[in-house]
Amino acid sequence: MTEKATLLTVYKLLPQTNCGECGEVNCMTFASSLLERKKIVKDCKPLFQDAKYRAQAAKLADLVAPPVREIVLGVGERAVKIGGKQVVYRHDLTYHNPTAIAIDVSDKLGDAEIIDRVNRTEKFQFTHIGESLKLDAIALRAASGDPQRFAQAVALVAKGSSLPLILCSLDPAALRLAVEQKGVYERRPMLYAATKKNWKDAGALAKQYSCPIVAFSPGDLSELKALAKTLRAMGNEEIVIDPGLWTQGPLLKSSVENLEMLRRSAIQKKDKDLAYPIMAVPAVTWIGESPDPKAAAYKESYMASLLLTRFADIIIMHSLDVWALLPVVNLRQGVYTDPRKPVAVETGLKVIGNPNETSPVLLTTNFALTYYTVASDLEATGVTCHLLVLNTEGLSVESSVAGGQFNAAGVKDLVASSNVESKAKHRKLVIPGMAARLSGEIEDLTKWEVMVGPKDSSQIKEYLDKFWNESKMP
Amino acid sequence: MIPMSEREPSDVAKKLLELAEKFGQIELENVQVVVEELTLQLQPTIAATRGVAALQPSAAKPMDRLLEAEFVKPLEVYPGQVAEVQLGATRSEGGTRSVAVRIGGARVPPFYSFEGANPNRPAFAMDVFDMPLTLPKAIRQHYEGVMDDPAAWAKKSVREFGADIISFNLISTDPGLKNTGAEDAAQTVRDVLNAVDVPIIIGGSGNKEKDPVVLEKAAEAAHGERVLLNSVSTDTDYKRVVKAALEHGHSVVAFTPMDINNQKKLNRLLLDAGLPKDRLVIDPTTAALGYGIEYSISLLERIKLAALKGDPELQMPILSAASNAWGAREAWMKTEELGPREYRGPLWETVTGLTMMMSGADLFMISHPATVRVLRGLVDSLFGIGETDQKIEDWITAIE
Repeated sequence: MTEKATLLTVYKLLPQTNCGECGEVNCMTFASSLLERKKIVKDCKPLFQDAKYRAQAAKLADLVAPPVREIVLGVGERAVKIGGKQVVYRHDLTYHNPTAIAIDVSDKLGDAEIIDRVNRTEKFQFTHIGESLKLDAIALRAASGDPQRFAQAVALVAKGSSLPLILCSLDPAALRLAVEQKGVYERRPMLYAATKKNWKDAGALAKQYSCPIVAFSPGDLSELKALAKTLRAMGNEEIVIDPGLWTQGPLLKSSVENLEMLRRSAIQKKDKDLAYPIMAVPAVTWIGESPDPKAAAYKESYMASLLLTRFADIIIMHSLDVWALLPVVNLRQGVYTDPRKPVAVETGLKVIGNPNETSPVLLTTNFALTYYTVASDLEATGVTCHLLVLNTEGLSVESSVAGGQFNAAGVKDLVASSNVESKAKHRKLVIPGMAARLSGEIEDLTKWEVMVGPKDSSQIKEYLDKFWNESKMP
Repeated sequence: MIPMSEREPSDVAKKLLELAEKFGQIELENVQVVVEELTLQLQPTIAATRGVAALQPSAAKPMDRLLEAEFVKPLEVYPGQVAEVQLGATRSEGGTRSVAVRIGGARVPPFYSFEGANPNRPAFAMDVFDMPLTLPKAIRQHYEGVMDDPAAWAKKSVREFGADIISFNLISTDPGLKNTGAEDAAQTVRDVLNAVDVPIIIGGSGNKEKDPVVLEKAAEAAHGERVLLNSVSTDTDYKRVVKAALEHGHSVVAFTPMDINNQKKLNRLLLDAGLPKDRLVIDPTTAALGYGIEYSISLLERIKLAALKGDPELQMPILSAASNAWGAREAWMKTEELGPREYRGPLWETVTGLTMMMSGADLFMISHPATVRVLRGLVDSLFGIGETDQKIEDWITAIE
């Protein structure tokens, strides 16, 4: 591919009939949606129905294919896509396919412990701003050195879990034995890894069973490129590259540089031999005899976070401590939020539950994250209320109070325009705790009694139970 | 892509092609193929696909040696450079600090060391307040006994926790709190300057009317010390603060809430008001992890890239209030479900600070000692300092 995907080059390959079957106004807007990946090539039906478009359909598919290959791990509901990246910086478009987080499981553990660890990985789930934050895969480690034991452990997990599997061993014979267990290759496990020593056998195994395979070449990008190129030449399509991660000293410096160079080579320099998803293993913070579990988990957590800021498409972690995983899944959610999504939600009066005229009236901002956090907290704790959403230009309470977008005059206008005075008989307004310093001014301007609520919306329920007395309402 | 075998009869391929003709494309268990591709793939060899029948072993093309490949560093050229700002003045420079701290000066993106070395390391300021306030337990426990005494608090932060800089916040001047007068506040600034010999940042209370007055007096009290006055914004009397900074030899923070265009506008106003570029630090807002940090990430990345591309209105070092992380409930809330908050809290601040650092922040305001320790260690490593004997080649077996 030498041609660059632009509005014009894409448009040229479309039927240009403006038929509208794709749901867009015309072929030009479809071209634009294709570039933004809101639509896919097959949404253009005529392109595939009419044989005369055959050649250009294929050209178009190639033209808009992301520079970093997209790979699917596993099968069924929990299958996960990695890679498919189109840009180096998220502000240039958006990042696709959130970094997959795999949890390692050693074959040295007893069967019951293995099952327990797999279950904990599967069940890990937190809801944040309306999204479910989860873990994505199991990385089974052949730590015992016994291929038979590894194969048993793999079979056990394959049977007991629907999560995608990564089979980790540098011994191709051990990988083969594991892959050939009943019900394993059908799960499309990813093989880890092909190295300069074992690539012939590991690569052949991956090809034979159509498994994705990781090329692992710690610290040597020329070798990594050679490995990826060779695996590809052997007939493997689904390749992932691991340049190695050290977590300390000059080797950390070069590890970070390597991640940056790999992604830039793939996207900006169009190096096809490196156009693959990147893997990194923050679990290396656990290497050694009896590491301090708190220190290792703490370091693993911020190393994983660093990797999220540096293009990792899939990572393997060891800690299952919630406190250590929580920052990572939260950062991932942020990094993979589409920056084109508006920062602000609609302003005005919203209802939570079925409020009546004695229900509380609460105030919040129109920053999407603030609004969704408050709304989901209120719903989760069963609060019924009127919720006034103030135009703070999409800023949080703290920032907009500091920046002046959250001000008494704005609240006064909101009270008037929202018609809240016809919805509530009382004149009591609960404002966010972080806006406490505006309470006097708001009272002066609105003539409502201001009650300063908690600083965190998770505590609104408790606050209302304590201070909101409906029987005293007029 | 479709696994191929050379042993299958050709009618399978024909059927696939017919189907493909009919439906435009066919779906083969996770694989989507368009007609052109299929034609190309199927005609030279005769193929079967997994999903149609059971998987057929498909042999790899035999290779007898690794193919040659050379990795070439993907370098870019950056015409612009971030200005360098010095915090603190030593005796020979007219102040009393024992060390000055230089920030900014970047010539390449943050930690893109393969393209060149940026001259200065990120610096870490620790928060000190001029009155006791409600702080999360994980922070409070480190400052028991000094929260009534800003000088002692600052001293402890430098001696025990290794703060490069003290970020001294005159929150008691807030009319809604103690409404401390500007003169009295200036005296506590002198106390802190006497107690420590590192550079200081002087913060107001966030009150738009009073802050310029407070910062003006503080600037006078800190004459010659090259402090950083934190902060001015488009709707404060920034001219008054700039004047005081120029008169007494200080620098200024330009704060804007999360908007690159407003930041540019404010920077322009300050430069036009006579503030030299090497006296200006910008704070485009740090949102906490989990609460909008993604906006800050992209904001910082855009600012840094614009600076390196040569936009003179964005070539200033960036200040990040990583301690905003403590606004997130995950950092402080006591709840079994989320694990012990004595780890969770500092980790939240660490990850917030780290993320901002990787996105381009040069100077940090931090509350917890662990954050300073961890981030400084990380910066050492990222600048190539230290060593490691980690044998990651064998990680599969080396983890217990």
